[in-house]
Amino acid sequence: MIAALAFYVFAAILIASAVMVVTSRNPVHSVLFLILAFFNAAALFLIAGAEFLAMILVIVYVGAVAVLFLFIVMMLDIDFSRMREGLQRYAPIGAVIGGILFLELLFVFGSWQFAPDAATLRLNATPGPEVTNTEALGQLIYTDYIYLFQVAGLILLVAMIGAIVLTLRDKPANSKRQDIGVQVARAEAVKLANPPSRAGLGQLGIIRRPLPEAPKPKAVGHDHHDHHGGGHH
Amino acid sequence: MNWTLVLPELVLALAGLAALVAGVLPKRDTSFAINMGVFGAMLLAAVLVMAQPEGTAFAGQYVSDAFTRFMKLLVLAGAALGLLVAMDWNVKEGLAKFEFPLLLLFSSLGMMVMVSANDLIALYLGLELLSLSLYVIAAFNRDSERSAEAGLKYFILGSLASGLLLYGASLIYGFAGSTNFDRIADAVSATEGVPFGLVVGLVFVLAALAFKVSAVPFHMWTPDVYEGAPTPVTAFFASAPKVAAIALLTRVAAGPFGELVEQWQQVLILASLGSMILGALAAIGQKNIKRLMAYSSIGHIGYALMGLAVGSDLGIRGLLLYMAIYLFTNVGAFAVLVAMRRNGRALEGIDDLAGLGRTDPAMALAMTVFMLSMAGIPPLAGFFGKLYVFLAAVYGGYWTLAVVGVLTSAVSAYYYLRVIKVMYFDAGEALDARPTSLSVVLAGTGLFTVFFFAFPAPFLAAAQAAVAALVG
Repeated sequence: MIAALAFYVFAAILIASAVMVVTSRNPVHSVLFLILAFFNAAALFLIAGAEFLAMILVIVYVGAVAVLFLFIVMMLDIDFSRMREGLQRYAPIGAVIGGILFLELLFVFGSWQFAPDAATLRLNATPGPEVTNTEALGQLIYTDYIYLFQVAGLILLVAMIGAIVLTLRDKPANSKRQDIGVQVARAEAVKLANPPSRAGLGQLGIIRRPLPEAPKPKAVGHDHHDHHGGGHH
Repeated sequence: MNWTLVLPELVLALAGLAALVAGVLPKRDTSFAINMGVFGAMLLAAVLVMAQPEGTAFAGQYVSDAFTRFMKLLVLAGAALGLLVAMDWNVKEGLAKFEFPLLLLFSSLGMMVMVSANDLIALYLGLELLSLSLYVIAAFNRDSERSAEAGLKYFILGSLASGLLLYGASLIYGFAGSTNFDRIADAVSATEGVPFGLVVGLVFVLAALAFKVSAVPFHMWTPDVYEGAPTPVTAFFASAPKVAAIALLTRVAAGPFGELVEQWQQVLILASLGSMILGALAAIGQKNIKRLMAYSSIGHIGYALMGLAVGSDLGIRGLLLYMAIYLFTNVGAFAVLVAMRRNGRALEGIDDLAGLGRTDPAMALAMTVFMLSMAGIPPLAGFFGKLYVFLAAVYGGYWTLAVVGVLTSAVSAYYYLRVIKVMYFDAGEALDARPTSLSVVLAGTGLFTVFFFAFPAPFLAAAQAAVAALVG
């Protein structure tokens, strides 16, 4: 009874916040509603007995993905009102298609039919009371579905390669970068000499430039004109 | 577990990772060496596929039989030829980055996973691995607006198709309680009547796969993407991925849903008829040869789907032969398009082929062979492809399909012949000298197309064995 009540409460908030994600005018509000939706979905997972998924949803989606979203929305200058311009124009045809699909789905689920042994084949949240969620998922992902897990990893690798190929640009050729080896090895920067003992710099042919004259400390009594000259005399 | 069965995929994946390291770490440009390395890895994978034992692995998620062997060899051949065609082009266009062969390698890995899929999840993951690589290489010339547009358009529509596929797969899982093809087949045969939800799920999956093979009415992306993507990428798009997607379509239709043949047959007959008619009519007015080839490929998919739509062993055998012949003819024709370059600039107009008969007789002859083969003129290979498919339609009593197929072949011959006419009877300037790699591809595919009639037996036997393995 309480579980059913909790389910309806969380599900109602989930759907309401999902609607708000799409319709709210301020994109930051959209992301905040998205976070609310994630929390409610996590609660639904908890009710279904999938506590590991619930925690992962909060940690990964709320903790990382949604916060990233928030940063991106705040940093990018996206004109959301311009993005919504087409909404009025395409709303009727979208509504018609959506309505037809919805009716079809009602029709499908109204006459839904399960295969005779579907209930036994279907995966349970936990295979038995003594196996925890985490163990069951680990068994599935890293043992039963290791092949698919590896392929999924390759998909992520391709996504990374693709993002780099399409966006990374080398800096232009004339940009200045630090190259320590070259800079140290410059011929004119370092001079090797073998000076005799007690010889002055002048005898070695090294001429020291006179040090630039230190600016005079500003006198208190200077007039206005001098103040602007700034050290030139 | 039986993981040694997936040795070809494993070798290809490890080769990809090694090539990635070899491309990133050295300071020098290693793209040529990586091109060659990836080419070698594909050949090695092909050898391993030929030696692959039969059976299933990973609790039935992966299957290896004569059908997967036949399709994987075609896919690897298509990918290797695609790489050969692209190498010189990439250097000339300043696109010679080591990521290109790498993405081709990962897309072929995705195709091999698709072909071997015996599970809805494996099907989806293979398809995504393929598609993601294709989206990126469509936009590979990122400084060109058209290439970026092609990549984006393909990405958005492809994601929509993936969504449809997943939705259909979830309905199928909801019905059967399992994603494994064998369990689904059991569930379908154990149920009386035809569950409506299952059919809706099946139609969603078929629609997504029809998008991947660009069959009407899911073809809209094809001309734009083919035109915008770099020409060798288009050559790749039109060859290996289509073969893999057709293999997947065949596996899904004939395997788990073999008993629902009356349900999917209608969908495929409509897609086949639509593709043949659109491919024949829409290509007529095209001036850009890449768009022409896009519509031509839609038409060819229509003929190939005819083989599946008739729902007989004979039809599937025709389909497999058709795809094999289409693959080689198509790569050959695209090799000519890649070689179309004057004063260093790539050309795409049909008129730019003018005068090729005098300035480069060998390439003009090869193009003539490919065009006549695509039009289905005997004794070239394309004729036999169409012959087997039409025969299956006639034997099965599908006269509409056969008659429309013959009529659209006649119509499409017009635009294939127009290309030949432009090459031999119009005056034009010489193209740049073609690189050796393209000459090799042209010679190989040209000889295959011309002399297929002399030795069809091994191909027929391989296709027959594949059908036997598939239908059981």
